[in-house]
Amino acid sequence: MAKAAFKIWRGSSEGGEFVSYTTEISPGMVVLDAVLQIQGEQAGDLACRWNCKAGKCGSCSAEINGNPKLMCMTRMNTLPTDQPITVEPMKAFPLKKDLVTDVSWNYRVKEKIKKFKPRPPDAPDGTWRMMQEDIDRVQEFRKCIECFLCQDVCHVLRDHHKHEEFIGPRFLVYAAALEMHPLDTENRLRDLKDESNIGLCNITKCCTKVCPEGITITDNAIIPLKERVVGEFYDPITRFLNLFRKK
Amino acid sequence: MAEYQTYEHDVLVIGAGGAGLRAAIEASAAGVSVGLVCKSLLGKAHTVMAEGGVAAAMANVDDRDNWRVHFSDTMRGGQYVNNWRMAELHAKEAPDRVRELEAWGAVFDRTKDGRILQRNFGGHKYPRLAHVGDRTGLEMIRTLQDHGIHQGIEVYMEVTVIGLLKDGERVTGAFAYEREHGRFRIFKAKAVILATGGIGRAYKITSNSWEGTGDGHALAYDAGAELIDMEFIQFHPTGMVYPPSVRGILVTEGVRGEGGILKNSEGRRFMFDDIPDNYKDQTADSPEEGWRYTQGDKNARRPPELLTRDHVARCIVREVKAGRGTPNGGVYLDIAWIKEKISNAPEHIKKKLPSMYHQFKQLADLDITEQPMEVGPTTHYIMGGIRVDAETQASTVPGLFAAGECAAGINGANRLGGNSLSDLLVFGKRAGEYAVEFAKEQTQGEINQSQIEEIKRRALEAFERTGSENPFHIQHDLQAMMQDLVGIVRNEDEMQRALVGIKELQERRKKISLTGNIDFNPSWHTALDLHNLLTVSEAITRAAIERKESRGGQYREDYSAKNAEFGKVNFTIKKEAGGNMQIERVPIPEMPAELKQIIEEMG
Ligand SMILES: Cc1cc2nc3c(=O)[nH]c(=O)nc-3n(C[C@H](O)[C@H](O)[C@H](O)COP(=O)(O)OP(=O)(O)OC[C@H]3O[C@@H](n4cnc5c(N)ncnc54)[C@H](O)[C@@H]3O)c2cc1C
Ligand code: SF4
Ligand code: SF4
Ligand code: FES
Repeated sequence: MAKAAFKIWRGSSEGGEFVSYTTEISPGMVVLDAVLQIQGEQAGDLACRWNCKAGKCGSCSAEINGNPKLMCMTRMNTLPTDQPITVEPMKAFPLKKDLVTDVSWNYRVKEKIKKFKPRPPDAPDGTWRMMQEDIDRVQEFRKCIECFLCQDVCHVLRDHHKHEEFIGPRFLVYAAALEMHPLDTENRLRDLKDESNIGLCNITKCCTKVCPEGITITDNAIIPLKERVVGEFYDPITRFLNLFRKK
Repeated sequence: MAEYQTYEHDVLVIGAGGAGLRAAIEASAAGVSVGLVCKSLLGKAHTVMAEGGVAAAMANVDDRDNWRVHFSDTMRGGQYVNNWRMAELHAKEAPDRVRELEAWGAVFDRTKDGRILQRNFGGHKYPRLAHVGDRTGLEMIRTLQDHGIHQGIEVYMEVTVIGLLKDGERVTGAFAYEREHGRFRIFKAKAVILATGGIGRAYKITSNSWEGTGDGHALAYDAGAELIDMEFIQFHPTGMVYPPSVRGILVTEGVRGEGGILKNSEGRRFMFDDIPDNYKDQTADSPEEGWRYTQGDKNARRPPELLTRDHVARCIVREVKAGRGTPNGGVYLDIAWIKEKISNAPEHIKKKLPSMYHQFKQLADLDITEQPMEVGPTTHYIMGGIRVDAETQASTVPGLFAAGECAAGINGANRLGGNSLSDLLVFGKRAGEYAVEFAKEQTQGEINQSQIEEIKRRALEAFERTGSENPFHIQHDLQAMMQDLVGIVRNEDEMQRALVGIKELQERRKKISLTGNIDFNPSWHTALDLHNLLTVSEAITRAAIERKESRGGQYREDYSAKNAEFGKVNFTIKKEAGGNMQIERVPIPEMPAELKQIIEEMG
């Protein structure tokens, strides 16, 4: 059976290094299988996260040969095997151990975004009416599996470490899903401008490229949100009209 | 006690899948302090994987539907050994629980007039499953999560409970470790709710994640609570079998619904070879008629591929055992063949089964519009679990409640698709509500230091040993054994061997030695999970031996018929004072006349 060589990052916040492993590759294997096999046979304390092994839970994010990916959806036969495959943790978050990062910042960011606030029900039985065509876009955003790969590649977070100022693409998608929800009555535009600093995004589209769910993060979520923010705060006519209009 | 960090709550919820989240939301809404513990990150629990939908008789698509029909479908599916009161409450309350999700932000697919759309599913008489494409579980868990985080629930992620703490008879807390540094934690609580999900990892081939190790079942059992119906496990007939890395991943029933057929290695459509007598009238005589059914011809009868899940799974096993399986030990599921019938078959398949097309393309390099898939049964769900009171979800131990897949009763011998997600909502809510009621009457119990030291000693002893066993190997051997000996087709002899095997594995577990330290160490976590897996495996095996008949998820080749006497009883399992597993036969209470009447009317 064929073998493949790996270089897997081992270490903690105090430091670490790539460690070389070789393991047998069976047909159809994904990178997560190889990592778990190494864990089972050679390195019982190799830390990594996974749950569904089917691209549905967003637990197994890592950087494979430098590319942010889900380990469970990356087939071995899509990678060159003439050189060792490198597997390392996401870079935009503090390291816990080996391939496991501290993503708790994401959970704190989400809590700060104002929650869903529906309009009163449309029907006497307490239910609402929404047309499928009016929710297609929101459903696209709600496909997000919170793998945080988009956060990992966004230079505002990864290179400039603006975690305190900027909420990152994942939560711009989340805010867009709330803002575009047909039933929602909350207004998050001021927060998006002042707290989330949506202006820091300069539309490089790196986030869209890595999203395993194929969400068109920039074009469908961020740009329309930016337009709404501009409309609300910078366009004089809209601002004037807003004086007379509730959201 | 200062040694360990200690947290105090009125209600502690263990597990953050649909059931745990719904329970925590209910409890916190009542104004008490709630802690929520889970093994993974929030939002990653098994519930996220559910596809088809959540069953609730809202009658949005077919106005003939109502709770009575849902109740009788659930009882028929469970072959009448269900807890009928749970089935009744579930059918009555599921619609409100689903609508509530909409008020919390869920965005279900819509009907033409803008209401929640519902789809057909096996065993449900009318279109009943609210859904979002094939990612309903994600929608549900995210809605509960995003609502819950604004409720003041204290969430402890990547924390695993390894023992329940008791003050006298009452459960008063839990002992746990956090994964990152392996540090121990004490949780004190006036009421504890278990919502830990399933046991799929006891088997080699499963659709479940690593979390499905039966922790809640074992924690409850060790705390003296009763388990019930443990023999009933649902094997879904079509999981992927090849490549090995994806073995067990689900292949939706929809493939067969669209005209997919099952064939053995000789090319024979074997499902026509064995049609149970009581289904003969409803099953197609010829492939031609079956095809017409899948294309919506109301005069045609269903093809045998669409017989009940347990039967289809058994037929597949029979073919493989007889040497007519595929090289990888499955059978062929062919949807590509429909090109003989329709001109634009590849486009049609991609449109109807988008996620299956991508799943096989991405994970198996296989184009299902051109080649047959290889499929075989996969361990999917456990109907059995912690015995609870229907109204309150209280277990048989004071202070301990359970909800979701780890609790039992509603499903009887077999669960209908879609009834789990609704179960999580209905009984998650109830568990939260009644745990609060209980907690309000209590003061915090005493934490017994010696219990804690004992749990801790057991948890750490593998680091001090110089044994030779690797926990991953023991887990692997257990899974292989359960698959072979207590799987889809069972008999006394094999199950007795399994009991011996479990004993041996228990001995091997005592020889595990671990390397590394306790910081995020998966081999240690696996070693700890083994206790739970072995406990549930023994419970499953013992219950399956006692039920000397075939019913729903349990098929015995040595007792291949249904036996009316066994239709009147459930089996409960409890730890006796000496530590041995004790099994008891308990009669099913008489059903009230009005429920009986519903069942009679619905046929
Ligand atoms: C592929 C697939 C598709 C499915 N599709 C459907 C469907 O369409 N409709 C349907 O109704 N059902 C479906 N099911 C079944 C359904 O998804 C599950 O039965 C259900 O999600 C279980 O939910 P739960 O809340 O009980 O537990 P889970 O979602 O499994 O959550 C268990 C929680 O308990 C935690 N936990 C476990 N042990 C411990 C411990 N020791 N300490 C601390 N925390 C612990 C875990 O971390 C997790 O948070 C499907 C299942 C699969 C596998
Ligand atoms: S488009 Fe914006 S959010 Fe996305 S990666 Fe670029 S800067 Fe970040
Ligand atoms: S938007 Fe896409 S990349 Fe970002 S967290 Fe969600 S699924 Fe992952
Ligand atoms: S394990 Fe769930 S996405 Fe990879």
